[in-house]
Amino acid sequence: MVHGFQATLRRIAPQLIILAVVLLLNFLVFPDFFKIEFQNDRLFGNLVDVFNRGAPTALLCIGMTLVIATKGIDLSVGAVMAIAGATAADLVVSGYGWGTALIGAISVGLMCGLWNGVLVAFLRIQPIVATLVLMVAGRGIAQLITEGTILTFLNEGLIHLGAGTVLGIPTPILIWIGLGAIVTLGVRRTALGMLVEAIGINEASSRVAGINSRVLLVSVYLVSGFCAAIAGVIVAADIKGADANNAGLWLELDAILAVVIGGNSLLGGRFSITASLIGALIIQSVNSVILLSGLPPEFNLVIKALIIIAILVIQSPTVKHALYILRASAESEALEPARAAQLTPPKETAQ
Amino acid sequence: MTEGTRPVLSCTGISKFFPGAIALDEVDLTLYSGEVHALLGENGAGKSTLIKCITGAYRRDAGTIHLQGQAVSPTSTKESQALGIGTVYQEVNLLPNLTVAENLFLGRQPTRFGLVSYSRMQTETARILKDYGLAINPAEPLSSYSVAVQQVVAIARAVELSGKVLILDEPTASLDREEVELLFSVINKLKARGLAIVFITHFLDQVFEISDRATVLRNGRVVGTRELAQASQTDIIHLMLGRQLESRIQERAPAKSGKPLLELNNFGRKGTVDPFNLTIHEGEVVGLAGLLGSGRTETANLIFGVVPADQGEAKLRGKTISLANPRQAVGHRFGLCPEDRKTEGIVGDLSVRENIILALQARQGWFRPLARAKVNELAEAYVKTLDIRLASLDMPIRFLSGGNQQKALLARWLATNPDFLILDEPTRGIDVGAHAEIIALIERLREKGMALLVASSELEELVAYSTRVIVLKDRRQVDELTGGQISTGNIVKAIAAETNREVA
Repeated sequence: MVHGFQATLRRIAPQLIILAVVLLLNFLVFPDFFKIEFQNDRLFGNLVDVFNRGAPTALLCIGMTLVIATKGIDLSVGAVMAIAGATAADLVVSGYGWGTALIGAISVGLMCGLWNGVLVAFLRIQPIVATLVLMVAGRGIAQLITEGTILTFLNEGLIHLGAGTVLGIPTPILIWIGLGAIVTLGVRRTALGMLVEAIGINEASSRVAGINSRVLLVSVYLVSGFCAAIAGVIVAADIKGADANNAGLWLELDAILAVVIGGNSLLGGRFSITASLIGALIIQSVNSVILLSGLPPEFNLVIKALIIIAILVIQSPTVKHALYILRASAESEALEPARAAQLTPPKETAQ
Repeated sequence: MTEGTRPVLSCTGISKFFPGAIALDEVDLTLYSGEVHALLGENGAGKSTLIKCITGAYRRDAGTIHLQGQAVSPTSTKESQALGIGTVYQEVNLLPNLTVAENLFLGRQPTRFGLVSYSRMQTETARILKDYGLAINPAEPLSSYSVAVQQVVAIARAVELSGKVLILDEPTASLDREEVELLFSVINKLKARGLAIVFITHFLDQVFEISDRATVLRNGRVVGTRELAQASQTDIIHLMLGRQLESRIQERAPAKSGKPLLELNNFGRKGTVDPFNLTIHEGEVVGLAGLLGSGRTETANLIFGVVPADQGEAKLRGKTISLANPRQAVGHRFGLCPEDRKTEGIVGDLSVRENIILALQARQGWFRPLARAKVNELAEAYVKTLDIRLASLDMPIRFLSGGNQQKALLARWLATNPDFLILDEPTRGIDVGAHAEIIALIERLREKGMALLVASSELEELVAYSTRVIVLKDRRQVDELTGGQISTGNIVKAIAAETNREVA
């Protein structure tokens, strides 16, 4: 297991370094950044805020990582958040308890995931188009549920999910870390992770090897819908109301960005949920540094863009190939020359 | 007419190596002025590699090319074009949205005061195309004409640019009979103009119709060059499919087949494979022989459910079973090593270890992961028994050579302990050493009582390991050879006999 831990650490090292750099920037513009206080039975501090405010993106990127690993994408998660939030609000307003509201929201999220999954896995519609349908229609559905208003509620239990604390730690932090851990263990301690990767890398080969790719594809969209539903409930609980128009707006793009910053290829295959979660924290830290520096928020997008470009350059095939050649030439010293020749991909096939 | 004159193009000792495989092994090719020279061979024989080496798309690793006595070494297709070697591919690579004239003159438009002179371009185009027997409007977009006409325009462009050697890579693949006639009349005109023409195709009838000589490649080597006036179709098929291993069959002990394992009755799919009956017994190797496009791969895929059958029934040990998808086939302890290793076999970015256990894990279901120790034990055992050469089990499988990838795929299925293994072109594109090992493995598996179905274009190989050979032609079974009947000669006869019957 030590070996596995080391491999994980090597995988997420770039993301950890980027996160450390951005957190350091936070510290430079605001020296009290790392100060954490315990007041009114609750942890306070800017670092706590980063973890707390980053919860929706973090939750979304758990499911999004799996979807992207299958070579897919889920554009509907922002809209599903709105639907789930509206469902939960509607249920507590109608007098049901917060447990029922949560289960209702999750059920709706799973239904959305099932819809996406069936479109992708059975009707073979391209994921970007298939999920675009719900991205557009989803907000309409949410508006139908809230009947066009911002549906506010005062249910303590539900509000606790978004604004409350457990043992002094804000609930959203516990939820995203907990869910992240459960899903990571769930895919890595079973064969699910490897099979999902196999589908993403080569679905035809996977099918011939006897993998049930359809069921797996539907499953990853179900997980994505589930995560979006939880994120939707947290956002609604945080503002004590369901806003069909703005809840989760553009968050699907942040989630995709978190997955990409996490070093996961949009072409599918190898994935790391942990790295995506760190990616989500990086995005939130960038938001934080802009806020704390007193710079106008317009800069947020530009700086975000700079970070993405930096990461994409590191990930680009050209740079990767150069790194690969470096590594291969280092390895080839240990191997016999003929083997080294085998390791170097032929130029002609590279085009 | 072709004898005695000086060759236009002569290639000697062309070799090309790919990692782990020899694509071309000292290939010689000589072209004379005014001849149509067919280049023949099954898929993977090295035809397109040879063409790419001649046109400079690939850099050759050894050998010389002389064009009209001058040693040349083009490093790009553009350079070879300037030297006089033009190529036309099956998929016309012109720009369909431009006009015929623009396509013909692209990159060298006639100008007047620095501006393109469209009128001159169009009159020139009309004049040039008239020589090719085409009276079409040069100002129309190319896409408004049929593929055959586009093909001729592409030829005209290649000839105008080059003018010494013309290489036609499967030009007739998507043409109907009449269009082929048009193309052949153009080829004959160019022949009369003294061009040396290389004609690549899978249609033997067309080869005999238009070509003067034929060179046959197999496994990257020239197995023979023949004057077609003095050769028969059977001779050429013989050359393409080989017959050197003939003597081996006498050494083999007579097959002792076990109980029937899989029975296919009236099994088929419309438009893919005609319904057939086939019974496969334990401990036998059934070979599938036939030319390219005869339905070998389609039959293998049908039995494994990759492309499900739409008629007939399958019985496993007497019980009717469903083979609607590969998962069901895997569940019945079937295995399939597909023809196209890269797109349907390996999962390139997964490690060798993961690739080996993939099918076993898939059959076991995602919820019951194989224990790490068991995975390592399996992977290491197969790496050892199959002699898979690798730096580490953790390396992505796409970095292995073709032969080692194939062995890893075999390991994937052997790990599932199959009763029935389908191998589609198990030795294609792999080096000689691995080739022999895989053939030996097939024998070993048969002796252990496994049932195997092997599709191959290598007849001598089929003869070496098959206990029974099914001959396919035009997607249906035309013959079955057993025991002493199995020889490359008989297989070739079965294929050719059927050809003649159809022509008649």
